[in-house]
Parts: sequence; structure tokens; C-alpha cells
Amino acid sequence: MQRIINDPDQLVEETVKGWAKVHRDTVRTTDNARVLAYKDAPVAGKVGIVTGGGSGHEPAFLGYVGRNVVDAVAIGEIFSSPTAQAFADAIKAADGGKGVAVLYGNYAGDNMNVKMAVKMVARDGIEVKTVVANDDVPSAPADQLDKRRGVAGEILMWKVGGAKAALGGDLDAVIAAAQKAIDNTRSIGIGLTPCTIPAVGHANFSIEPGKMELGIGHHGEPGIQVTDLKTADEMAQMMVDTVLPDLPFNSGDEVVVLVSGLGATPINELYVLYNRVDELLAEKGLVIYRPYVGNYFTSLEMMGVTLSVMKLDDELKPLIDLDADAFGFRQFKQD
Amino acid sequence: MRAITNADGQPVVQALIDVIKANRDHLSDIDGLIGDGDHGVNMAKGFAMAEARLAGGTVSMAEAMDTLGFILMSEIGGSMGPLYGNLFIDMAATVKNVERIDAAAFGAMLKAAIGAIQELGEAKVGDKTLMDTLVPAEAAFAAAVAEGKSFDDAIDAMSEAAEKGKDSTRDLVAKIGRSSRLGERSRGVLDAGAVSCYLLLSTMGAAVKERLTDA
Repeated sequence: MQRIINDPDQLVEETVKGWAKVHRDTVRTTDNARVLAYKDAPVAGKVGIVTGGGSGHEPAFLGYVGRNVVDAVAIGEIFSSPTAQAFADAIKAADGGKGVAVLYGNYAGDNMNVKMAVKMVARDGIEVKTVVANDDVPSAPADQLDKRRGVAGEILMWKVGGAKAALGGDLDAVIAAAQKAIDNTRSIGIGLTPCTIPAVGHANFSIEPGKMELGIGHHGEPGIQVTDLKTADEMAQMMVDTVLPDLPFNSGDEVVVLVSGLGATPINELYVLYNRVDELLAEKGLVIYRPYVGNYFTSLEMMGVTLSVMKLDDELKPLIDLDADAFGFRQFKQD
Repeated sequence: MRAITNADGQPVVQALIDVIKANRDHLSDIDGLIGDGDHGVNMAKGFAMAEARLAGGTVSMAEAMDTLGFILMSEIGGSMGPLYGNLFIDMAATVKNVERIDAAAFGAMLKAAIGAIQELGEAKVGDKTLMDTLVPAEAAFAAAVAEGKSFDDAIDAMSEAAEKGKDSTRDLVAKIGRSSRLGERSRGVLDAGAVSCYLLLSTMGAAVKERLTDA
């Protein structure tokens, strides 16, 4: 294992410490070492936005803490849900008196810890509502949406929910907007190599050289098809062919497109893939309102890529457009 | 009445800590086959933290168990932190004010353990989870007591059922949690949670049995 680490058991602690030092323009530490907050959180009179999840997906989840996005984040071990205590402390850090929206991904551990956290903060009189992201198309059939995992589409959910809260939406409005964002989003990943949790020391799944796995999950969960390695254009075709019919997206729809690397993919290759995705969507008559390409949601050092597409409407467009100042999502109006 | 004195029961919790620490790598290896390979590591971390918290003092079995549960809940994330955390907190709560824990009180603890898991998830027997160990173990204990068997014999029945339940997960397809994504590929391997649950129940049973008195 060729990695830049000290004691693997201290990896997350050291990551968070370093992160807080670098990104002090947007985040602050809290009494809980596994919770980071927006530097100005809680924002009085604003619905608080909380997320959380396992580490190893950087810049998710902590990178989305910042102005107009997420107010506080609960940080777990590598690929493992944060504790109930961390979610509870993040909720408290984000609570500006108008309730807190916890926007997270559909994983068993996260579901349980958020449930316990909501119970814990109820004693403090904090009103909490949740949206559980389930944008990963290959993780379950269309008739079992509640079984699907949350993947990179979560970013668009945080962007929309955070913007709605920043614009003064109440808790129900923020929850409704975030729910709409994820309901309108479909994602898929392709993995080319496995990844290794340092404390484990070896990969716990394998992808043979010369092969790739379509539909792979963010922790190496099996996909829907293992095939010979394809060209970037062929990958784009397979991804688009899976994602578009699922919502479905129709000609004339305006969409946000998010292409994320999984950690080891050279950034330029993400643009090669995007180039073809853009053509394919245009052929289908989709109008690309905003494209995002980069390492938005990774899986340690996995070689691979995810594609997320979100269908917009008149409510979602201004929420996507609103300024955002988080390390993982920084966007300002251009005059 | 055959029972264990609550105030003398801290060593029972220490036995749970010891068995999890001793099986750290074993549990992680099982988990690595169909999960992410961190079950033993995370469990051992939490149980060791509880050991440190309990070190030097003497508390009752209920208090020690509550401390263990609280630490698992607050320090260990993933699925196992809340599941085992809630389980031990609720088990402890049922005997908090009980001086002598008899078969009826122990049976109530086992029922509370099942309730604690059900509060958090939908897992049922057959889903390849720790419930495949816990549910038959509780049922066997209750049945033995109902048949008029001794507390000692009921504990043996519980441990035997826990072991069978744990072994039953080998032929099951995971329906819940991360390994459920594997579908048929999860068959043929034990569930790590079912194994840790078996280790905890059988160790608890043996440690309680050693301390039963007729006083």
C-alpha cells in the first residue's frame, strides 16, 4: 500500500485537522472533533443544513460546508457512518432557531445514526426533518427507489437545499426543494480499479486489469455489469443510456450535468468523458443549463467516474444559480 | 431464587469486552468477505474505550452495560455503533433498579435487546443480520424458562440457539445493509454481525452462569 499516512486509525482525525487549517475562510472547528461548521453558523433565523457521511469521499462531505450550502457536517471513519453523537452535534451547530434539514445519503448506518441523532436533539427542542438521497440508478430497480443509494447527486441536493434556506425558505420549503432536487436527479458510476481503506490494508473488492464495472457504488458495491474496458466515448454512451430513461429525461428538458472523478482519475479524462456526454445529451434534445466537472465526490483512490443529471424547473434554476462559497462548490455571479 | 447480584456483575461486561478484543481480526476477516472488513476493528475500538472508561471503578452490571452502550452509540459510527449501542443501553435499562437479576429479568433484557434493534431497522430473521442470532436465542431462553427449566439450563439453551442462528447465516442471502448489494454473492459466508452477536450472547451467558447464586 503506497499511501501518505501516519497511523491509519488517526487518518480521519488528521484529515479534519488539516482541513480546518486550510479552509478556515469557510469552516470552523467545534467541540466535537468529528463536526465542522460553517464559520458563521448557526445563522440566526435561517434553516440549518446538515449533512454527514463516511470519510474517503473528499471533498464530500466536509467540503460542502460554507456559505449558502451546508452549515455543519458530521464526519465518519473511512466509508463508515458518523456517530449519532456527531450528527446530533452537527444539528446543534447548525441550528439557528428555524429548524434543521439533514440531507444525507441512503446507507444503513447513516439512516440509523441520523434517527438516533434526531431523538437526541429532540430534547433540546430542535425541529429536524430529513431528505435521504437515492440518485444511484444501478443500485436498485426503479420500483425500489427507497433501496437506492445516494451518490454524487447529493451535491445538487445540498446546493438546492442550502440555497433555499439562504433565500429564507422555512424548514418545509427547504425539505421540499431538497427532495425535488434529488427526485429530479439520476446518477451512475463506472469503476476501473478498486480502492483500499488504509486501516484494512487491502482492497475488499477487485476489478481485473482490462475490465471495468458499470454501476459500481461509492464503496465498491457491485454494479450491474463487468465488461472489457471501453473507450471514454463508449463509457459516456453506457452511462447516458442508463441514466436518461430512468427519470425519464425528455427532449427540451433543461439539466444540470455533474461529472465527478472517483479519486484517481486524471482530471483531463473527466473532460474527455464530458465532451461526449454533452454531445449525447444534445442529440437527445436536452439543454445543458450548467455543467460541473471535477473531483466532487470521490472514493479514495478508485479510478473511475460518476455522471449525475438533474432536471430543472423554474424553482430549481435560481437555487442552482445562487452564489455558493464552500471549498467543494464555489460559484459567483458573473456580470 | 437463582440469580446474579447486579452489583457484582461488572465482570460480565468485562468478559464481553475481552471476547470482542480477542476476536478483533477474526470479525474483520469475516466482514471482509462480504462487507468492508472493519467490523472487528470498530467493535474492538468501542469496547476498548468502554474498558478504559470503566477501569478502576466498580459499578453494577447494569451501569457497566449502560456505559458500554453509550460509548458505542457516541463513539462508533457505522451501523454497529447505533445497533449495539442501543441494544446495551436498553438491556441495561431493564435491570437498572433490579438488585438480583433472575431468569425473568434476564429474559426481559433479551427482549429489550430485540426491541432496540427493531427500533432502528427492519431486519428480520432470515435477512442475514445479527437478528438471526438474537431472535432464536431469546426464544430459546424464554421457552426453556416456560418449560420450568433452571436459569442455568435456560442460558445453555440460549447459547446453543445463538450458535445455530449464527451458523444459519452462512446459507442466507443478505437482505439488509451493505452486503445486501451483493445479492447471491453474499451466500456461503457468515454474517459478521451475527457472529459478534453470538460471541456476546454466549460469553454473557457463561459469565452470568458462573456468578449465579441461590441466595
